[in-house]
Amino acid sequence: MSEAKGPRAKLVVENATKFYETKSGRVHALDNYSMSVSEEEFVCVVGPSGCGKTTLLWSLAGLHALTGGTVKLDNAPVTGPHPQIGMVFQEANLLPWRTLQRNIELPFEIKGTRPDKTRIDALLTRVGLLGFGGKMPRELSGGMQQRAAIVRALSFNPSVLLMDEPFGALDAFTRDDMNLLVEEIWLETKKTIIFITHNIAEAVFLSDRVFVMTSRPGRLAKVFPISFPRPRPLEIMASREAFDLVNEIKGQIQHQPARPARAEAAE
Amino acid sequence: MSEDALNDNIPEFGKKAKPPQDVSITNLTALSSGVNIQTTREIVAIVGLAVFIIGSAEILLRVFQVPAYVMPTPSSIFLALFTEMPFLAAHIYYTLVQLLMGYAIGASMGLVLAAVITQFPFAEKIIAPYILLLVTTPMLALVPLLILRFGFGYTPRVIAVALASGPMVMINAATGFRRVDLAKIALARSFGASTLQIFTKIRVPMAMPMIIVGLMIGAIFGLLTSVGAEMVGGGFGLGNRLTTYSSMIRMPQFFAVILILATMGILIYVFFYWLGKRFASWEA
Repeated sequence: MSEAKGPRAKLVVENATKFYETKSGRVHALDNYSMSVSEEEFVCVVGPSGCGKTTLLWSLAGLHALTGGTVKLDNAPVTGPHPQIGMVFQEANLLPWRTLQRNIELPFEIKGTRPDKTRIDALLTRVGLLGFGGKMPRELSGGMQQRAAIVRALSFNPSVLLMDEPFGALDAFTRDDMNLLVEEIWLETKKTIIFITHNIAEAVFLSDRVFVMTSRPGRLAKVFPISFPRPRPLEIMASREAFDLVNEIKGQIQHQPARPARAEAAE
Repeated sequence: MSEDALNDNIPEFGKKAKPPQDVSITNLTALSSGVNIQTTREIVAIVGLAVFIIGSAEILLRVFQVPAYVMPTPSSIFLALFTEMPFLAAHIYYTLVQLLMGYAIGASMGLVLAAVITQFPFAEKIIAPYILLLVTTPMLALVPLLILRFGFGYTPRVIAVALASGPMVMINAATGFRRVDLAKIALARSFGASTLQIFTKIRVPMAMPMIIVGLMIGAIFGLLTSVGAEMVGGGFGLGNRLTTYSSMIRMPQFFAVILILATMGILIYVFFYWLGKRFASWEA
């Protein structure tokens, strides 16, 4: 079900299982989850709130150790943070005490290398933020902050981009703009993108394939290929096909049995 | 909490970082809600009020012929300040050196302890009550004991200042270091940051507002203790001048010393207020 369809498997997850040991007991977040993402592919992972989507992404980023299973990038196991993986977090996650420029240069600072100014400027221009480098994050709108976070993740030119509900906190119009921008950037840079969202329309608009997860413990429920031609205008979301797809995916998620208590944790 | 703790924490965001709920004498409002004087009109009004109060005090004290040992006139206080200044300068220096030495020891130990102890929650729980004891016990009470042991030089008072300011710095800085934002640590980790880099680039800046508050409170407590310790014993320093002048009923000189102490206190506040604006303004 999770076979790669593209030219070459880039990121492969096999039987990922994750337990959290918390004060209130064990939380089973991921159960035997497998997926394979091809090079230059754009996939979205959707699922009910608390199904372990973020757990999955943190495992891909090497931020988490899995309880069981493996993550492989270019056939080599991912055991910790990886220079080929860039990550965009929920709510931009800029450091509020640094200017935009110094936020974007953070990866270079940590790696102890000189910031690639040409690349950063090109990216800033691309997202329309050139000249805002001296601003503090609180002086920018949510959309601008998230665009800066995308620049930061792309600044060191990783081949894989992991995006964790990046636009969840934005209003609908800004979200549409950001989705268009992400598609354009993806078409230009041909990164492998794994994008987590709970917005099904967003997933359908962006992805080549949509992976649907079950409620906790997160398992793979179904994979939906999305074959709209690219670049996709926003209007395709008004088409009959898109409407049916969204409903089908929604139905897939709602088929699942109601989740037990502890609604808050493990988004 | 170490970075490995990422493993056992369910990633949660979108919730505001929990405000520190620990024992602390104050919080950031001490910096952020401080008076923010901006326009010349406000400055003129403040100076005008001072002139009015001092002027009316002068007039009232003269009209009712209040004796100087009850309340000296402002003019005699200012006069005493100028005439005694060459003599008081050495005492100011003495008090400042003692304050700076004690504060340097206390504040640096407080900062280091806060940074270390917050990494080990268990050790922190064990030590917290004792730190609280240090915070709440007036260190002045120890001064006679310290003088017995260390004589009348700088030593007993420097120790008292360190003991008074250190715990204040520590308890506030610890509150700052405890403010863990998992998402920001994960961000740094995703770029391959080491534990040390996470500490210097994430934890320290996040703690900075509370560190500055702690440093300010520590400095003010240090000044109080410094003067108090000089009043308890010893033959030098501004505190000693206060006891000497009051016993000699030289009230203008007494109030001149109070004026100097008030200025020192305000300068401490202004300095840390500026420090907060400069290094922790993102918090406000």
